[in-house]
Amino acid sequence: MNRYEAGKYDVIVVGAGHAGSEAALASARMGMQTLLVTINLEMIAFMPCNPSIGGPAKGVVVREIDALGGEMGHNIDKTYIQMRMLNTSKGPAVRALRAQADKFMYANEMKKTIEQQENLDLKQGIAEELIVEDGAAKGVITNTGAIYRADAVVLTAGTSSRGEIIIGELKYSSGPNNSQPSIKLSESLLENGFELKRFKTGTPPRVNASSIDYSKTTEQPGDEEPHHFSYDTSDSAYLKEQLSCFLTYTNEKTHEIIHRNLHRAPMFTGIVEGVGARYCPSIEDKIVRFSDKPRHQLFLEPEGRNTEEVYVQGLSTSLPEDVQVDMLHTIEGLENAKMMRTGYAIEYDVVSPYQLRPSLETKRIDNLFTAGQMNGTSGYEEAAGQGIIAGINAARKVQGEEPIVLKRSDGYIGVMIDDLVTKGTNEPYRLLTSRAEYRLLLRHDNADLRLTPLGHEIGLVPQERYDQYLVKKAQIEGELERLSHIRLKPTAEIQKFLADKQKAPLKDGILAIDFLRRPEVSYRELLQFAPMDVELPKDVAEQIEIQVKYEGYIVKAVKKVDKLKRMENKLIPENIDYQAISGIATEAKEKLAKIQPETVAQASRISGVNPSDISILMVYIEQGKIAKVEA
Amino acid sequence: MSFEFDTIAAISTPPGEGAIGIVRLSGDEALEVADRVYKSGSKKLIEEPSHTIHYGHIQNPKTDELIDEVMVTIMRAPKTFTREDVVEINCHGGVVAVNHVLQTVLQNGARLAEPGEFTKRAFLNGRIDLSQAEAVMDLIRAKTDKAMHVALQQLDGNLSALIRSLRQEILDTLAQVEVNIDYPEYDDVEELTSRLLIEKAKEVKASVHHLLETASQGKILREGLATAIIGRPNVGKSSLLNHLLREEKAIVTEVAGTTRDVIEEYVSVKGVPLKLIDTAGIRETEDIVERIGVERSRKALSEADLILLVFNQSEPLTDEDRDLIKATNGLNRIVILNKMDLPNQLDLEVVEMLVHDDPVVKTSILEQSGVEELEKNIADLFYSGKTGEKDATYVSNVRHIALLHDAEAALDDVINGIEDGMPVDLVQIDMTRSWDLLGEITGDSVQDELLNQLFSQFCLGK
Repeated sequence: MNRYEAGKYDVIVVGAGHAGSEAALASARMGMQTLLVTINLEMIAFMPCNPSIGGPAKGVVVREIDALGGEMGHNIDKTYIQMRMLNTSKGPAVRALRAQADKFMYANEMKKTIEQQENLDLKQGIAEELIVEDGAAKGVITNTGAIYRADAVVLTAGTSSRGEIIIGELKYSSGPNNSQPSIKLSESLLENGFELKRFKTGTPPRVNASSIDYSKTTEQPGDEEPHHFSYDTSDSAYLKEQLSCFLTYTNEKTHEIIHRNLHRAPMFTGIVEGVGARYCPSIEDKIVRFSDKPRHQLFLEPEGRNTEEVYVQGLSTSLPEDVQVDMLHTIEGLENAKMMRTGYAIEYDVVSPYQLRPSLETKRIDNLFTAGQMNGTSGYEEAAGQGIIAGINAARKVQGEEPIVLKRSDGYIGVMIDDLVTKGTNEPYRLLTSRAEYRLLLRHDNADLRLTPLGHEIGLVPQERYDQYLVKKAQIEGELERLSHIRLKPTAEIQKFLADKQKAPLKDGILAIDFLRRPEVSYRELLQFAPMDVELPKDVAEQIEIQVKYEGYIVKAVKKVDKLKRMENKLIPENIDYQAISGIATEAKEKLAKIQPETVAQASRISGVNPSDISILMVYIEQGKIAKVEA
Repeated sequence: MSFEFDTIAAISTPPGEGAIGIVRLSGDEALEVADRVYKSGSKKLIEEPSHTIHYGHIQNPKTDELIDEVMVTIMRAPKTFTREDVVEINCHGGVVAVNHVLQTVLQNGARLAEPGEFTKRAFLNGRIDLSQAEAVMDLIRAKTDKAMHVALQQLDGNLSALIRSLRQEILDTLAQVEVNIDYPEYDDVEELTSRLLIEKAKEVKASVHHLLETASQGKILREGLATAIIGRPNVGKSSLLNHLLREEKAIVTEVAGTTRDVIEEYVSVKGVPLKLIDTAGIRETEDIVERIGVERSRKALSEADLILLVFNQSEPLTDEDRDLIKATNGLNRIVILNKMDLPNQLDLEVVEMLVHDDPVVKTSILEQSGVEELEKNIADLFYSGKTGEKDATYVSNVRHIALLHDAEAALDDVINGIEDGMPVDLVQIDMTRSWDLLGEITGDSVQDELLNQLFSQFCLGK
């Protein structure tokens, strides 16, 4: 292949899935001349698996991306077909927004945004070789011989990386949804000394909606009350005409068919070599591991407005196609279902994430960043969360700025990246609220309060939006201040209010803010007794309610975070020779040398590194500082 | 996990030696913690000038129980050993009181210092120069290994089994809460309500509380290890007592039955506090078995945590000796063959057979030989967890006790939170904390445990 010089950019992003789209937009919006090169322009921000965005933990990530100035929130707000708030009966820390997306509109809309973005070129092509000069990434070469040069490269190749689709006895080289795979990029990474491993994921069959008997299923409509992912979207934009999902179940007959065909299941015949995720098991896996369960839930989810395709959530499988058809026909409502796409498993390459810094730059090659499924995660939101960070840090690297690293207490994105680079992962990594030790602080309602200032500082959040943030913050503080100064007298109204709720009457006056602390009093109700001239926006009212009611828990969590700050701020010098530190246990030495933590706090989270090892490390670092001063 | 710069506390005098002990605190909140337990009228240490000493009492703020009469030195940063705020509590009451004071500060905001941690902080805060850095690192490593070894040794098998089962109960509950949160549409798991959670929290709390109440170290630290020295007249019981007391309080003669003094005394053997019970029986001419009858003496003896059974090896075994062996069978017993300075008349093999596997120590208290081995045997018995409450699970380590107290407090927070109407996912924070704290005792705090439980227990999809 004849090679030619095709252009020079500041940042090149390879792959335009959810990670790549965010990375490219962030970089371009930060003023970097950016190239986004991807295998298929029809598959930008494509959803090869479930047609939904958000849910517990993941939904918070979407809002964090939005607060940092990313696109995912805007894009889903423009293209959803159903919106639901989950966990409404639970506390504020775990409420979660989830949208069903029109996956075709979602991809089109993202493509349009990217096409219209200043400083950003979108090109179709397969990046096959990484250009590395003096230990730093300098560009990529495509399959058509185009040499693109740049000062930083972000790889977000996802399941395309030497992807192999498996359906029963069939196994073939392919990217997601039968797209072209990326073969040579993996080889280029291996040549550059990276360690890759194989992961596996899967997707269920799609069926034609007109062949489904919905009368045998349970309808699950969207919410009437408006909610959005982006803090920019207004309530008036809320979509009234939403599409429903439908619930049905597998049954004994389904399970029997699967059992009878286990000898043809690649999961068990050894054809699948990659490691799959425990939280997203295939149906054959569920039936083998939980053999006592008589049925499993299945959700029928429309894939869009202008299509009859329906996604059978919960039926992910790599069984042979004929078995898939038989299996579908045993399910209530799907007796005559016409299968349009066959479920499959896909194996792909993953860059073992211990090779990354918390900035997502690789340790091995400077100015090279990786993000998304390529780093061992699963899920569109997880990918996008890494994508925006990789894009920001690639741009900052070119600009000569320090990288942005979100702490575990800053956001779920921080939790995820820290988990990946500190602990690694043995299966596709999914965010769960239980992974976040400060989940009460990492709520979806306060992502803007947590991250808008940072987004503004790095140049991704426009001034107008930053001003809105300042107003909101001032309103919250002002109202908290006001409530701390109003004393409610035990008037007849208040006593009646309490009596109606079967609560004891007030004996004395009480501060409005303390009255609100009571579980039986809502902020709206409080306003009867402590009226305001102008009504506050509902998101401000929500903050007042949460911050007052759960103050005790929030204060405790904040205190914990503050205590840890000293360790977070203690930096570990680069290229430290752990073998030379006497006193650190052998296992800890090996782990520390492999992971190369950047702060003492990160080091303390490595499994196998004990508090005494950390003590010795701290003494050693301090010793180094003194030695430098004395020399 | 422990934070590197929180307020730490430890006994800074060598264990078990001397009547005065010092509990030292260091850290940002040293004065606040001290003020929580220090009582002297309305005096607040935090308002007093630096480098001053104050008279007062240490009191448990929850129960108002008076613990000791103390002198407290306060020293503010940076002119202190660690360059942090430092408080030193000088206790008057000896080893038992010092331990009690330490436990009280640990329950009021301080954390037990890791080995070498004061020195480490001194170094990190620039108090010690470079030449000492290596020594500090060696110290941390050496002390930590030893402390870990000791802590593991002190962890009784029953205790760790019990704690593991408590943790499993909490874990099952947590997994259910987490599934409800992360998989809200998953319909196979019952929604874990506040009512179920509070029941579980109360149940676990009761177990932890019971553990603390019966924690023999707690009891022993307050009251001493109840120890009876028994044997026929003139086998050397009083000499042994005197040796342990290291003072000539009892009158010892060559004539049997000449012990007269009445002494109720605590002694410390290698840091193990002993309360010598029923020593009158030693000092009166008859032995307890003879004096109060076999049945009653059996009961009296069974209240002892430790029996020191003394024989005169220069005389053959008598029926009386055999009765004493029988009366003390099944109790924590150390057999002492005394008067080794005299020719042997006792059949050692017979004695060893009669006392089964109990330790047998040969001594000549007169010539001070074998007593070191005896003291070592006492300490070994104590630290191996064999002494203490009968049939009760045994907590012996200050660190374990502090962790149990913290776990109990976390469970209280769960219960109070639910009673205040807090949602399950918030009180779950405290539930998780109790689980982590218990895990620190058994060394089982593995972060992925919860996720493993989640995915093995539930078949999760959407």
